[in-house]
Amino acid sequence: MSTVDLARLQFAGTSIYHFLFVPLTIGLAFVTALLQTSWHRRGRAEDLRLTRFFGTLLVINVAVGVVTGLVQEFQFGMNWSAYSRFVGDVFGAPLAIEGLAAFFLESVFLGLWLFGWDRLPRRVHLATIWAVALGAALSAAFIMAANSWMQRPVGYQLTAAGGKATLTDIWAVLTNIVFLWAYLHVLAASLVTGGVVVLAVSAWQLRRRSDPAMFERSARFAVVVLIPATMLVLFFGGRLGINETKYQPMKIAAAEGQWDTCQPCAFSVFQIGGGNNDPTPTKIIEIPHLLSVLATGTWNGQVVGLNELQAQYQQQYGPGNYIPNIFIQYWSMRVMAYLGTLVLLLSLWGAWLVWRKRIAGAKWFLRLAVWAAVLPFLMNTAGWMLTENGRQPWIVQGLQKVEDAVSPSVSATQIVISLSVFALLYVALAAVDAFLMFRFARMQLTPAAAGEDESPALHFTY
Amino acid sequence: MTLVTFWFAVLVVLWTGFLVLEGFDFGVGMLHGVVGGGEAGRRAAIRAVGPLWDGNEVWLIVAAAGMFAAFPGWYATMFSGFYLPLLLLLVALIARGVSFEFRGRRDGARWRRTWDAAMTGGSLLAPLLIGVALGNLLHGVPIGADQEYTGDLADLLNPYSLFTGVTFVLLCALHGATFLALKTTGGVRLRAVRTARRVAPLTVAAVLGFAVWTAVLADKGLPAWLPEVVAVLAAAAAAWLVGRDRDGAAFTATTVTIAMVVLSIFAGLYPRVMVSTAGSATDLTVTNTASSPYTLRVMTVVAAVLLPVVLAYQGWTYYVFRRRVGDLDVPAASDAGRG
Repeated sequence: MSTVDLARLQFAGTSIYHFLFVPLTIGLAFVTALLQTSWHRRGRAEDLRLTRFFGTLLVINVAVGVVTGLVQEFQFGMNWSAYSRFVGDVFGAPLAIEGLAAFFLESVFLGLWLFGWDRLPRRVHLATIWAVALGAALSAAFIMAANSWMQRPVGYQLTAAGGKATLTDIWAVLTNIVFLWAYLHVLAASLVTGGVVVLAVSAWQLRRRSDPAMFERSARFAVVVLIPATMLVLFFGGRLGINETKYQPMKIAAAEGQWDTCQPCAFSVFQIGGGNNDPTPTKIIEIPHLLSVLATGTWNGQVVGLNELQAQYQQQYGPGNYIPNIFIQYWSMRVMAYLGTLVLLLSLWGAWLVWRKRIAGAKWFLRLAVWAAVLPFLMNTAGWMLTENGRQPWIVQGLQKVEDAVSPSVSATQIVISLSVFALLYVALAAVDAFLMFRFARMQLTPAAAGEDESPALHFTY
Repeated sequence: MTLVTFWFAVLVVLWTGFLVLEGFDFGVGMLHGVVGGGEAGRRAAIRAVGPLWDGNEVWLIVAAAGMFAAFPGWYATMFSGFYLPLLLLLVALIARGVSFEFRGRRDGARWRRTWDAAMTGGSLLAPLLIGVALGNLLHGVPIGADQEYTGDLADLLNPYSLFTGVTFVLLCALHGATFLALKTTGGVRLRAVRTARRVAPLTVAAVLGFAVWTAVLADKGLPAWLPEVVAVLAAAAAAWLVGRDRDGAAFTATTVTIAMVVLSIFAGLYPRVMVSTAGSATDLTVTNTASSPYTLRVMTVVAAVLLPVVLAYQGWTYYVFRRRVGDLDVPAASDAGRG
């Protein structure tokens, strides 16, 4: 493997891993904030216990999210120094703003929330968990602004020698249309992640019949969050797709494996074969017009094919292969979209059960809801693979290729070492985190009567 | 003052803030086994930094991101050149970061021993490696004409940088001990004071050695020695103050020492940001690594608006958790994590 492949593998692996925790913590931060608000308003004991319960799940995962985020920040310089030199003038600013505006907010107020139960007035303490949620949501905003610039660079100019991109308009970067839809998409996906995890944990508890009144309440709460969040994630994703067709047509053509330009274009539900070396896969169930609708938002829209785009890019950027891995594009798009639809169906089923007041005893629903816990993580990962793989071979669309972005001073041996270290460390972290999550999620809650006498702070802290 | 100089100063403030604040967290992490004298005491020590450490560590994130934004050339060369030490630093920060959250979540001696070891080892390694990294900026490393690092691991393990690393470890240990003396009660406090008195003479000697070596390496005139001189005086004052029931003054003295040690490295560097052993023509400087004036202006506005707000609420956190923590404040039976 070349240093480029190794560095890519490491970045992809550590990013995917980091992003298992990011949407979970954003989602759980909002869940915890909403539950505590409900407790604050209505004063029901169950709400306080649910707040503590899901707040603890939040805290366990924030720890892993924070430390793996540090790896991401260091990695730009460690493995991608040529990239950092090239884009630092533009790309560094949102990262620095993220730290100042978001990470401080999230970390400082998480400490206040965690340890402040008996030190702060109730109203102020409630505000601290909202500050955590706001910080988490803001940090995603700046990182998405930076990432969207890589997908569609705006507000910059190249230096005379062409060696660097320099920022000319920060507002252009922060109002990038790709950023707008991608951010809303990620935010909604985070709520879906938090909602599904709450639903799965509640379903687990209801199946064991532990504290049914309380967990029926949290299951209901999860369904109420999930229905709008899932609809929004699909809608925002759709708008993002249409913008990607405009600015990164290769990404969309590859997601369908569409070699020839088409109008109108059909969407294949499945295919057998396909990939970069098989232009004639067996398409199974083709839905007419659907690709046109998804890619352009119109019934008869045109989608430019891979062959035409490749020829166009060769003319524009010189010889080379500009087609991303089609297998990854085709299937990551479908895994994301199909599982998203599955989550929507599950929440609608849950809503019907809630309406009929039968959710606590719905055996099949609860069994499925427990297993649904893996769905958002698969969806989130697939979504990132779709968007990042679809930009290949570029690291910054049209400006710099991945192969030109690695650190010239870092050897393959060094990356093999770091890759092995991260692999071992991350597997160990995942094992401990999963162990603690399962252990905690299954734990019997302390009975209400005994629970309320104790200071809540004791439960949370070290 | 030009914009690039201003941003160099901002980065000095960020690195100083990080080492002053996270410095005592590192120290507490290193010493929690020593000063604890039992599980309740260990937990009291950890509890003293519990609400604070996460916010303190953000200073590092912002310092690194600030370097990326204001001096991309510096960030790119330093982070790719110092590859393996920074990898090890990440491992150390990960190990100690999660151990804060994980150690109390399950009962069992082996479980806690594992995370105690991660916390102690990680907290000790982190300042060592940061010291080695910052020391190398001033000591000089091989840098090519294209600003890329051209050396290998051996070039980073020079005596000055290693000595700087050891100095940072001792400083953080003393800083953590004076912090615990200030923030705890009972047995933990007594043991923290005792540890501080033991560590203090070594720390003073290390700071003195570091100060002389740094002043010689930087090779600047008399006024530039001021941070070194103040660092030595403050370290000596800290050594005198510990154990004399002047907890606040002792902690202030270690704070000043750390700040001046960091400042002396950066003051010795300026206007360079990384010294090249291949000759001064290939030195990285504030001008040849800086972002465009537009980016620096944007970042100046952002920092001017946000930094005071951050300082205000972080300061408020310290006020909220101003009370001392004793062994009795932590629950005897470990039921932490139960909802």
